Formats: sequence, structure tokens, C-alpha cells
Amino acid sequence: MRFVDILGAAVSNSFRSKLRTSLTVIAVFIGAFTLTITSAIGTGVNEYITTQVASMGAADVLTVTKQGDQTKNIDAGPAKYDPAKASLSGGFGPGGQAPPGVSFSALTLKDIDTIGATPGILDANPLTQVSPNYIEYNGRGKFELTVDPAAALTTPDLVAGEPFSESGDANEILLPGSYLENLGLGKADAAVGKTVTLGITTYTGEQREVTATVAGVKNESLFSNGVGLSQPLTDALSAIQNQGKPSNTVEGFFAATAHIDANSTQEQIDVIKADLDAQGFKAQTVADQLGTFETVINGIVGVLNAFAVIALIAAGFGIINTLLMSVQERTREIGLMKAMGMSGGKIYALFSMEAIFIGFLGSAIGAVVAIALGSVISNALSNTVLSGLPGLHIMQFAPASIAVIIGIVMLIAFLAGTLPARRAARQNPIDALRYE
Amino acid sequence: MNTPVLSAQDIRKSYGRGANRFDALKGVTLDVHSGESVAIVGKSGSGKSTLMHLLALLDNPDSGTLSVNGTDATSLSHSQLNRLRNADFGFVFQQFFLTPNASVLDNVTLPLRIAGMGARERKTRGMAVLEQLELADKAKNRATNLSGGQKQRAVIARALVNNPAVIFADEPTGNLDSVTGGIVEDILFSLNKEKGITLVLVTHDLDLAARCDRQLFLHDGLEEPGLEQSGAGTRPVSVSAPASAPVAAPASPPVHAPTPGTPTRRGRHAGTEQGGAE
Repeated sequence: MRFVDILGAAVSNSFRSKLRTSLTVIAVFIGAFTLTITSAIGTGVNEYITTQVASMGAADVLTVTKQGDQTKNIDAGPAKYDPAKASLSGGFGPGGQAPPGVSFSALTLKDIDTIGATPGILDANPLTQVSPNYIEYNGRGKFELTVDPAAALTTPDLVAGEPFSESGDANEILLPGSYLENLGLGKADAAVGKTVTLGITTYTGEQREVTATVAGVKNESLFSNGVGLSQPLTDALSAIQNQGKPSNTVEGFFAATAHIDANSTQEQIDVIKADLDAQGFKAQTVADQLGTFETVINGIVGVLNAFAVIALIAAGFGIINTLLMSVQERTREIGLMKAMGMSGGKIYALFSMEAIFIGFLGSAIGAVVAIALGSVISNALSNTVLSGLPGLHIMQFAPASIAVIIGIVMLIAFLAGTLPARRAARQNPIDALRYE
Repeated sequence: MNTPVLSAQDIRKSYGRGANRFDALKGVTLDVHSGESVAIVGKSGSGKSTLMHLLALLDNPDSGTLSVNGTDATSLSHSQLNRLRNADFGFVFQQFFLTPNASVLDNVTLPLRIAGMGARERKTRGMAVLEQLELADKAKNRATNLSGGQKQRAVIARALVNNPAVIFADEPTGNLDSVTGGIVEDILFSLNKEKGITLVLVTHDLDLAARCDRQLFLHDGLEEPGLEQSGAGTRPVSVSAPASAPVAAPASPPVHAPTPGTPTRRGRHAGTEQGGAE
């Protein structure tokens, strides 16, 4: 018997008992549908994160923090007081204070020098936090603003304009799209090149103003939130913020950014990280920071997938049941085919093919419906609930993963079909023909 | 004399074990030569169907040798056996065994499909054989929608489609009325005479058996010698029966002596074996 004929016979046999086949197909459908949706969520979210990581653009940047109190063993008791250790008063946070009950270990300028001197590190800069009070364009009203502390380091996802200029001595600003209307800047393209005014308060309470040019308009993203300020602008604002600050205050920084050679291999990065670790600093690449995030997402998606697979296993038993009934009903037909010289192997192939076909039917319908429904839901969500995260499509259907899902379901179906198919293949033609 | 197409030497076959053991055949010898028509006659339980199944190599005997064209059946491989069943043997069953929802043409070309023949050639040969059996107009019909006679003709078409050397027919007329049965008989015997196809018939109908070249009478798994041709009612007890086998009570003779002119075609148990095709 030719393969085409076996396939044809399997397909027409599946439709012989329409109700039974369709019920089994529904069971497979549910599993495949769930699996397609969950994997699409996994793809969608991870793809979003990957895009965000790419927007960070900085494989050559390490974020360095001070190791210590946060990770200290509780049983070890309080650490010895060190007057040279920086507290986070001044230079960090809007009120110049850490939230009550939380103790930060801050980096001092000396620490920054130590980090910069570590082999493999090209330069190290403190991550300065500035807190301007308002932003204003052309006297059209003052608005509050949130500053993106990592803006100088990232490659922003721009709607219009350019990233900060390379020369890096201009006061430049990147505005999120949502700021334009309130500020009266109009469309994104029109806003580029306009000059805005930032208001900031000195340590002693006087308010000053600094002007900056709008370099570009960006999409808001998970890791780059708020207004981006160029390094010169940050420095200028920081200088104003620290005016009048008592000179004996130990200046502290929450974190430092260190540049390394962009061509560093993972081993070289690991060496640098170990080196910093030995000196009491914790260094993370962007990938490290986001890796944690991806692990969590993958964990959640994994659990959802496990449920879908459980549904599929249940569907597998449905296939076994359907085919066993089919073998029982067609005992005579099987006997006849064997009497006419059909080999056991071909009979086996015939019934396996039927199982695979049921699996294919269920998974293909499941995938198609999941894609249709998922795309609609995903679009609806990105326009409503998730509109704050432009670029996020909660479900993304990758052709490869859908092919893999259909393949897996067909494999499960084949495995489910082996028992009935073996039973059919082993039938003795005589017993089968006598069967009443 | 040349080598017989089918040869069975002292074959025995039993089913079950222990107290449930049933000896279907207790040592039967039969040679079937090419172009012959042979009837295996006996009432139900005599072992006639078992003998036919063994001759058709659908089953293995417990002891004794079976050979096909002089080749010992046990020496045949699985694939040779399948090829033989597929290409050289044709089967006609009382219960038809037609796939109910498939078309008549699909049913008839099943052996060709098993043989791996292409769709176009299958159709040509299927239609040719349906033409021969005057069923061409029913080719697209579902098998369930045929009358009994049409069903049996479809079954014969299916048996013929591979141009077999031997046709095995198990009570081919058992489910048919006498007129239709007569037509089916005529078809089978004309195939035997005109195409030289060897015919092995299993029946309890002595009229049908009498049309064959030779008859083998079976009773309780043993051949009954002496009851030759359409023997005139003198039924000797089996001389080869072992002492433990009781002589058949006169009240229930193993076979009916045929009364000329009386149709005995409809068997006693025909009703109970009906409805096979569904």
C-alpha cells in the first residue's frame, strides 16, 4: 500500500465516525490552543525585553554598586561603623535622604577611582541623580518631570530626532512622546530642536533655571522611563543642586557606570566582574540585570506551558480511546485487509496515521484559532491596558514555535496511537473475520 | 500428474485448550490441482471453514504440511505470504465483508490498493472487473446501498480484480435467495471453466457441491470417504474414525442427502450468520 493511499485511508477513516473524531479533535484543540497562546505570550514578552535590552545598547557598560549591607548575613549582627563610608544624604534622592528603614551602601568618589583603576575598565562615572522641579516650554506652563537616570547610557528608542551628540558638550534633552502635548510642543518632528527650560532648586533652597535643546522624542520603555538628560546637562543640574552644600559631607552615589571594551568576551567580562567582586563591588552588565527578568518570565510561561501539556496528555488518552473503539469496530475490516495480504506494519501505519491526523487536525485548528483570537486580544490590550508600554505586543506568534507545537502535538498523538495500532496490527485474520 | 496448486497432508488443527479443547481437523489430506473446482462439504462444526482457511494460508496447522505449488508453506516469509494472499488468492465470503461507507469501486479495488498500485490503474482495472460482473453503473454507490446479490457480485469482483489463480469461496450463496444464488454460482463456475481459475468452495449445500469437479466431505474434522459425488444416500460411517469418536447417530446425518429438484440452498444456520457487511 502506498503512503498516499495510507494517508487517504487514514483521513477518510477518521471522518467515518464524525462525532467521535470531532470530540477527540476538540480535546486536542484545547491543549494546542493553550500551548500556542502561552508560548506566544512567552515570545511576546521576551521579544519586548530583548528589544529593550537592545535599546540599552550597551554591552560595554557595567553597572557597579557597593556590596555589603543588603547582602549581609542576618546572623552576623551589625557591621562596625565606618566614618569614611558614604551615606546617601546629599547628591542622591529628591530630599537627599534614603527612605526610612532602608540602608543603602553608597559609592564614594574614592570608590569610583578604585573601580576606574581596575584592569579592563576604561572609565568609571558616578551615576548622578538630579531632581529638576519642573519643565517649561516658551512660557506655556510648568510641568513636573521624571528624570531617567540611565538616559546617558542607553540607546533610546526614538520617534524623532537624534540621540545625544557624540561631542557631548551640549545641554540636550530627550522627551517622552507623552510630554509633548502638555508642554505645547505639538508633533514629535516639530518638537526637535526647540529649547525648553528646566527649573531646579539648590541645596540652600534657591530656584535656578537651565535651558536645554530637545534632541529627540522617544518611546517610553521598561528600562528607560522619563526624560533623558545628556551628561553635560546632568552635570550642570548636579552642580546647581549641590550649591551651598557643606563641604564636609561625604558625597555618595548609588551606583557607578563603568565602560569596558565593547569587544570583550564573556570570559573577560567574568574576570573583570570577579576582580571588582574581590574589591567589594558588585558589577552587572545589562544582560545580567535583564536576565533575571527573563528568568521570571520564562518561569511563568513554563508553568502555563506545563498546564497546556497536561491538557494535551489528557487529549492523548482521548485519542487512545477513540482509536481503540475504532479498532474494535473495524476488526473485520482489518482481518479482511490482512487476508488480502496487507502486512501488519501497514495496518500499524494506517492506524498511527489516523492518530497523527487527529493530532494534526486538533493542533492546526487550535493554532489558527489561537493566532486569530490572540492577535485581536493582543492588539486590544496594547491599545488599552498596556498602552503605557509602547512596542509591547503581549502575544507574538512565531512560525517556528507554532510548527514546533504542531509537531509536538502530532508526536503525542502518534504515541497515543501506538497502543491501538499495535492491537490492530497483531490481529489474526481468521479471528478477525470470525469476530461477531 | 503435475504439482498440485494447493496440497494439504494430514493436517490437524485444534482450538482452545484443556476441557475447552476443540479439535476442528483431525488429519485431513487434500490436493487441489490447477483449474479444478473442489467443494469442501460438511455441516457447521465439521471443520470445513477451518480447512479452507488453512488452504488459503490464513492460519497455520498444528501438524501436517501445507504446500503451495510444491513449496512448503512454512518456508515462506511474511512478505511472500502477503504477496501470495494478495496476488494469487481471491476470497468470497458469505458475510461479504464490504466496507459499508466506501464506494463499490473502492471496495473492489482494495486488493490493488494493498498491492500498492497507482490510483489511475486501479480505477481502470476496477471498472473492467465491475463491467464484467455488470456492476459498472453501481461503481460510485455506497456498498451498503446494494442488494444482497449485488453485494456478492461486488465481492466476487473484489476477488477477481487481482487476476488470482485460486478463488476461495466460503458459503458464497449462503446469504442469497435461490435465484440470486444461482446467478452467483453461474458466475463462479464460468470463471472456473473459461478463465481456468481454481475454485475452492466451502458449502453445506449439496446441489452446489455437485456442480464441482470434486467433493471432499468432512464430518467432525475427518474426511468421509465413500460418499462420492452426489452419492445416492448410502452414507457409510467414517472408517478412519478413532474408537473414541462415536458413530454419528442416524437421526442426525452429517450431510443431507440431496433430493433432486428440491432447493436445499438455504442452510439451516444461514439466518444466524447473516448481516455480515455492517
